[in-house]
Amino acid sequence: MTELNITTNPENKAAVVSLLFQLADDDFLYSFRGSEWLGLAPHIEEDVASSSISQDSMGHAAMFYQLLEELGLDNADALAHLRPAKERRNSILVERQNGEGYYMDVPKYDWAFAVVRNYFYTAAKKIKIESLKNSSYEPLANVAVKVNIELYYHLLHWKTWFAQLLNSTEDAKQRMQAAIEQVMKDFGDVFSLGTEGEKMVEIGLIEEEKVLVQRWKEQLKPVFESLNLSIPEIPASPAANGRNFEHTEDLESAISTLSEVYRIDTAASW
Amino acid sequence: MQMAINSLEKKVLGVLEEVHDPEINTVSIIDLGMVEEVNVQDSVVNIKILPTFLGCPALELIKENIKKAVKSIDEVQQVNVQFINHPPWTSDRISEQGRKGLKEFGIAPPPRLMDSDGSWHVDCPFCGSTYVTMENIFGPTACRSILYCKNCKNPFEAMKPISTLM
Ligand SMILES: [Zn+2]
Repeated sequence: MTELNITTNPENKAAVVSLLFQLADDDFLYSFRGSEWLGLAPHIEEDVASSSISQDSMGHAAMFYQLLEELGLDNADALAHLRPAKERRNSILVERQNGEGYYMDVPKYDWAFAVVRNYFYTAAKKIKIESLKNSSYEPLANVAVKVNIELYYHLLHWKTWFAQLLNSTEDAKQRMQAAIEQVMKDFGDVFSLGTEGEKMVEIGLIEEEKVLVQRWKEQLKPVFESLNLSIPEIPASPAANGRNFEHTEDLESAISTLSEVYRIDTAASW
Repeated sequence: MQMAINSLEKKVLGVLEEVHDPEINTVSIIDLGMVEEVNVQDSVVNIKILPTFLGCPALELIKENIKKAVKSIDEVQQVNVQFINHPPWTSDRISEQGRKGLKEFGIAPPPRLMDSDGSWHVDCPFCGSTYVTMENIFGPTACRSILYCKNCKNPFEAMKPISTLM
């Protein structure tokens, strides 16, 4: 494999930067929404487990921001906290609030929604990371190997919840079905690689969207078959494509909340 | 890891034996297999460390502890500690000594084998019984799980198996 030229080829570099922002912003928002569940999960064991997953995922986001910093962009903390919604590349799926209410007030979060979103998102992330292990951008391929190992446990966790709730009471099944519908509405941009997508595939950063989607479905197949469910369709054209900076209002409020402490003193060491 | 060829390198490796996991004081970072490379250029020491988990909050603390320990050697002028991601850390890097240290602390060392479905088994670190159940695969830190021994009725932790085959 010849080394990817990003130093003198600005188009290549733009593709690498775009992909890294997609990965970093995805995990950053995903772990932020996960951390809002702290103290609210169905039981104490789950509180420990899902916090641990959020912490791992924040670690993954930090690594992707770090790779951007190494490419000469701003420092990783600033990239994570200070960029406005219109510069973010995360999927709209991960920016959606956990449910009604605010965690400092009276949160009425929906655990079924959390389980379905986390399971489908983690399954998608696993497929992408597997592909990234062979990325032509070597620093990213190295990080992918590490992330992949940790993802194994995350996927196992959410798969277990997903199957258990769908094998549970009528009420649980109905809530899960509703959550699946809700999650799928926002799934249209999860595998999108955005406007630089073709370039990314051409230079071997990652495989193309439809290959990844097909693998995602194959991965879910045995689980869905065992539950007598058909795999939901991903919307052909997303309502909003976060990869191209299209977002919902939920992202604005998430950013203002999550960066509040950081903005008080950007030079502080925590 | 490179072999210690000069005496300063040996000294550095010696003090690294005394740098422990901040939460498990019976296991050194050498025993955990976190030290990938020690390179000595005159009085400058460059150390490459493999993080166990990417989100591990103890990494900065470990880095500071390494610097402090190595600077305590008279001949050392400067210490650089770098975290690297390649090769990835895996649980089979933990030495026999490390496995012993984990057990002493009440943590079952990571199993060497996993079943084809990804499940794994460890024995109770207190009584050695195989009659244990998994309570929570995610323990108090990213790298540990919580189990329960039905024989001696103790809850205990186990280090998760981490492998690139996953
Ligand atoms: Zn026991």
